[in-house]
Amino acid sequence: MPRPLALRLLEAAPLLLFLAVILLFGTQSAGFLTAANAAQILAQAAPTVIVAVGMTFVLLTAGVDLSVGALMFIGAGVAGLLAIAGYPLPVSIAVMVAIGVAGGGVNALLVSRFGLVPFVATLATLYIGRGLGRWITETRAMNLPESFLMIGASEPLGLPLPVWAAAAVAVAGQCVLSTTPFGRYLYALGADPEGARKAGLPTRRLIAAVYVISGACAGLGGLLALARLGAVSPRFGEFYEFDAITASVLGGTSLYGGRGRVLPDTVVGALLVKTIFSGLVSVQADPYLYPLITATIIFLAVAVDSARSRLAARLTRRVIRVDA
Amino acid sequence: MNAAVAMAGIEKAFGGVPVLRGITLEVAPGSILGLVGENGAGKSTLMNILGGNLQPDAGSISVGGRPFSPRTPADARTAGIAFVHQELTLFGNLTIAENLHLTRFPRRWGLPWIDRGASVRQGADLLARVGLSQRADMLVERLTAGERQLVEIARAIGAQARVLILDEPTTSLGAVERGRLLSLLRELQDAGLAIIFISHELSEVLQICDSVVVLRDGQVAGTGSASTFSVQSLVALMVGREVRQLYPPVRAPGNQEPLLEVRRLGEPSVAHEISLTLHRGEMLGVFGLMGAGRSELARMLFGLDRHTSGDVLLEGRPLSGGPAQRIGRGLAFVTEDRRQDGLCLEAPVADNMTLVHLAALTRTPLRLINRAALRAEVARMSTDVRLTRAPPHLPAGRLSGGNQQKVILAKWLLRPPRVLILDEPTRGIDVGARGEIYELLHRLADTGTGVLVISSELEELTGICDRILVMRQGEIGGEFPRDRFVREDLLRAALPVRVSG
Repeated sequence: MPRPLALRLLEAAPLLLFLAVILLFGTQSAGFLTAANAAQILAQAAPTVIVAVGMTFVLLTAGVDLSVGALMFIGAGVAGLLAIAGYPLPVSIAVMVAIGVAGGGVNALLVSRFGLVPFVATLATLYIGRGLGRWITETRAMNLPESFLMIGASEPLGLPLPVWAAAAVAVAGQCVLSTTPFGRYLYALGADPEGARKAGLPTRRLIAAVYVISGACAGLGGLLALARLGAVSPRFGEFYEFDAITASVLGGTSLYGGRGRVLPDTVVGALLVKTIFSGLVSVQADPYLYPLITATIIFLAVAVDSARSRLAARLTRRVIRVDA
Repeated sequence: MNAAVAMAGIEKAFGGVPVLRGITLEVAPGSILGLVGENGAGKSTLMNILGGNLQPDAGSISVGGRPFSPRTPADARTAGIAFVHQELTLFGNLTIAENLHLTRFPRRWGLPWIDRGASVRQGADLLARVGLSQRADMLVERLTAGERQLVEIARAIGAQARVLILDEPTTSLGAVERGRLLSLLRELQDAGLAIIFISHELSEVLQICDSVVVLRDGQVAGTGSASTFSVQSLVALMVGREVRQLYPPVRAPGNQEPLLEVRRLGEPSVAHEISLTLHRGEMLGVFGLMGAGRSELARMLFGLDRHTSGDVLLEGRPLSGGPAQRIGRGLAFVTEDRRQDGLCLEAPVADNMTLVHLAALTRTPLRLINRAALRAEVARMSTDVRLTRAPPHLPAGRLSGGNQQKVILAKWLLRPPRVLILDEPTRGIDVGARGEIYELLHRLADTGTGVLVISSELEELTGICDRILVMRQGEIGGEFPRDRFVREDLLRAALPVRVSG
């Protein structure tokens, strides 16, 4: 049975939208369609891509992780303190990822062990994380040593290091999802949790794992964001949870679980969002418009998600007779 | 030789209420055991214990002669027990091969890395064994219910199961698929599997099983070789008393006044030139095999799916719009899947019952719900549909299948509809409740309501209908008045016609 054009169009919507945005801004602004700008967009998108990869894992199980931005903040705060205190860079990096993993572990415990609704559990860790972060940083901005900025500035093989890191995480994420039993289990779990349990899948461990993965990605994403900014402000990492969810869903991951891919979907989603904002800057759009644009993008992403689900549901209708 | 499975003295209570009270049974390798009993007799609980979903309070189990106490479904699987659940447990968003290998993917180089080629190849072999001609890398969501059932069994075979538990395996199957499944079970039996076959289709149980265990109220009410039982004696054991005839006496058909007229209804690849007339007070059956388009016809009549050509008239006036408008005109629809579409499982019985006609239970001017009237109506309907042991505050999901269906009927009959459409109204419902539902439908038809019953069970339709239409491949393949109800003729009319070229 061939898939109807409408569904294929909806499935290709992120990519088509991406092309349309590039065309639109490319014709409006001379500086937009340049290699330098592309590299710039990629570098900007890198932290979001990494956090969104983790978010995709969580969304596949029909969960959500609102705490990623807060985990980035704690990690950055502690890493900043360590760096200022003179610890070598690798220590700070390891600590950031470890904090992400630990925070993800708390989420995992709350959701898989105590059965809290993911939305509420991770909302709680979001607030706890923000509070802890402010306590650690004493609500002051911290400027970091040069060594941190070097991560963001180095360009092996012509692309910034964060871009390579994001690409590596995305490729690894997709490999895990499509070629390992663990990845396939996540799809089963997202489609039918009770069925997955009855099939003998370790559902609790699976759920716990996605929050730990999301936390680790938040730690790594936080590191890259920190390397770009070179400073920890009290608002560090804010709204990253929404950026990551938007990127995943815009790319084609379903909020209802069981559907979505890291590559190309989530990555396209993240790049699309960053490209739009880069384009707005290049055509010197009114900054007050940005929140409205963000809202439109989120709305669009969710609308496409539900349209796709509805259409897919219609398709499950059987073909009863073959008409000439 | 050791029994493949022996259960002894199994007891289980939920919240202090005993559900299983000392059950003992045995299945030998290469034999099929039929497990029958009314809904709530404890069949599912017993099998969930064997399948590792529940732990017994007392009693012991042995598998192949070794003591066995599964704590999880995975334990049961390791011991070679495969459970094909009543509600299918395949994952629609995975491929057939992935579903077949879910817990034991072939791996590359011993790494947690799926060998996709091997998985698809092995999957294709398993599909060939169950006689399913689909590609193994196809997504399961694109299969029909019957095809999924075969995939489930293929999965059990692939898992090297020694004991296969089938819970109501034929309820979602049409006659052809049903036959294919039964012959497949025989092959598996010959290959030495022990099979436990749970079903309400008693004639099927007697046809395929070697021995039968009858459960009643959590106890073994009777056991023995299948040849020593008849459908009547099984039913008698199940209910604990001689039952009256399952089907109500033949009724005088209503007058010939047309109520619902369908004219040349068409929708590409779904329905072709369907015309039918339902008369006032008539019980009209629609028979057909799986995928003949019966449910789709019902959905179109109720305004859930569109049709591109043709008209539907109710009392001479065109019927249009969605379900809300059509309910307003007096249509009611009891869907095929009561848990999914028919009920809010978490909500109490009373809320489910009053859902459709809640607006009629309000008080002006603010249109607030009139609690007293609501309670009175719920009590009236509960008596009307013989809903016993189901207090109004109980969540609908906690009721047995038969009682759930009665809640759905009560919901529609709160204000008697002009036309009642029922899709598989007694699927998975025990004998006692079935008889009550049939009687209820007859009483309703006697008041002038036109009743359209869709069913895969010929016996049911010939037992309760005044007239039967047969559908095949999205069109009407035949019409049979009561005096021409011949099983063979009806079935023949339902078989697909091979399209030439």
